[in-house]
Amino acid sequence: MNTILMVLKYQARDAVRSRWLIGYAIFFGLVTEGLLRFSGDPAKAQLSLVSVVLFVVPLVSIVFGTVYLYNAREFIELILAQPVRRLQTYTGLYLGLALPMVLAFAVGLGAPFLFHGIDATAWNTLVALLAAGTVLTGAFSAIATLIAIRCEDRLRGLGTAIAVWLMLTVVYDGLVLFILAVMSDYPLERATLAMMMANPIDIARVALLLRFDGAAMMGYTGAVFLKFFGGALGATIAITALTAWIAAPVALGMRAFQRKDF
Amino acid sequence: MDQVSELKIQITGLSKRFGTIDVLRAVDLVVRTGRVIAIVGPNGAGKTTLIKSILGLTRPGAGRITFDGVDVVGRDEYRARIGYMPQIARFPENLTGAELFRMLKDLRGGAAPLDVELLESFELGAALEQPLRVLSGGTRQKVNAAMAFLFSPDLLVLDEPTAGLDPLASSILKDKILADRGAGKTAVVTSHIMNELEELADDVAFLLEGRIAFVGTLDELKRITAQATLERAVATMMTRGWVRAAA
Repeated sequence: MNTILMVLKYQARDAVRSRWLIGYAIFFGLVTEGLLRFSGDPAKAQLSLVSVVLFVVPLVSIVFGTVYLYNAREFIELILAQPVRRLQTYTGLYLGLALPMVLAFAVGLGAPFLFHGIDATAWNTLVALLAAGTVLTGAFSAIATLIAIRCEDRLRGLGTAIAVWLMLTVVYDGLVLFILAVMSDYPLERATLAMMMANPIDIARVALLLRFDGAAMMGYTGAVFLKFFGGALGATIAITALTAWIAAPVALGMRAFQRKDF
Repeated sequence: MDQVSELKIQITGLSKRFGTIDVLRAVDLVVRTGRVIAIVGPNGAGKTTLIKSILGLTRPGAGRITFDGVDVVGRDEYRARIGYMPQIARFPENLTGAELFRMLKDLRGGAAPLDVELLESFELGAALEQPLRVLSGGTRQKVNAAMAFLFSPDLLVLDEPTAGLDPLASSILKDKILADRGAGKTAVVTSHIMNELEELADDVAFLLEGRIAFVGTLDELKRITAQATLERAVATMMTRGWVRAAA
């Protein structure tokens, strides 16, 4: 337990001082501030932010995470040369990576809203946006950790990281759209839901968009989604799926870290 | 002292394979308490893998490693008594040296008495307050060395310890290693600089293609190869592709 906290403490301290992470926070600060000023309406700004969050958070989490851990290779060896358990070291490293990223994201996105002052509805949406970003950061930095542990060659590791991101962001949605187009004669609401559940970015997207009035414009599919996510069962499934997207790479990373030869 | 405690480390039948390459092949090696052993051999002979196996950074494919008679494979506590100086001094760039030392202290539980002799003789005081990224390579290597000695370990594991150090710092470090040996500590040292090992080592283990080609005292090695210096002796063994039962 002590090891987890110590590794977390010092690694997080290193990460929050990283120029990249500070830049990440400033980026979200500027984008949010800009959208708030141009639209003049927190709800509109938040709707635009959904796309930004779903695009940028996974990308930065997986790329920054992979690069950071490759650079920390000697540091990890130094830690493991101390009387520490590998499992605890891994946990400390993962949290020491994910928590500063969540912090940078939350501060960057949240500060302009606090500064401008928002009403209760906008508050709820802000919390949902922050929660979605946090979960996506957790999932994608776990995937980054897994890649950095499993893959000795950093160039291949970085390539894999970008490929995973492209797969889940662009290719997957393309495939889903393709299937929907080809099978348009059949009722595909349930199948669509199932396909959405398999991709953390899609779960986050649907869960966020349903919070906006625009959801009503999504027609019958929107109604099915709204019913699904609004119900206890749907919400449980969505939360379970998101949790699995964090837990699975964390568990695989732990196993790989236990067995790894440094 | 009984037989067991005279052997700081005992390695039996240690093998390790990376992919299709046998990096270590049935290595038997004994590190005696209170002595400095030099691990030498050409690049890729398995020196670093051997050191990392002692530290538990690399998991043995087969074989046993004991520390003071206790099996260490899969264990963690014994590392509280080892000071490790890695070959490459790359640290988190945004931390300061002082923070790095505090972290190690926290990770080790702070029970060991601190040995700040190297910190003082390297005059690292001011440098420790700066982020590690702004330190020169030599200063970082000094931090690296001071770190290995900081917790008064029984066993020092030093991978190319003087690489990147200026002659003064290098002398200070060598004096420290010898002084600690005088105080009953044990050291495992690798280096490409044979003259340096000649000053430090009591024993030499020569690794060739993952096997121990020679192990014995420095004098024995010179006698067998009929050479006056360690450098010549090792060169002779490398040209002959020496394989000999452990002395």
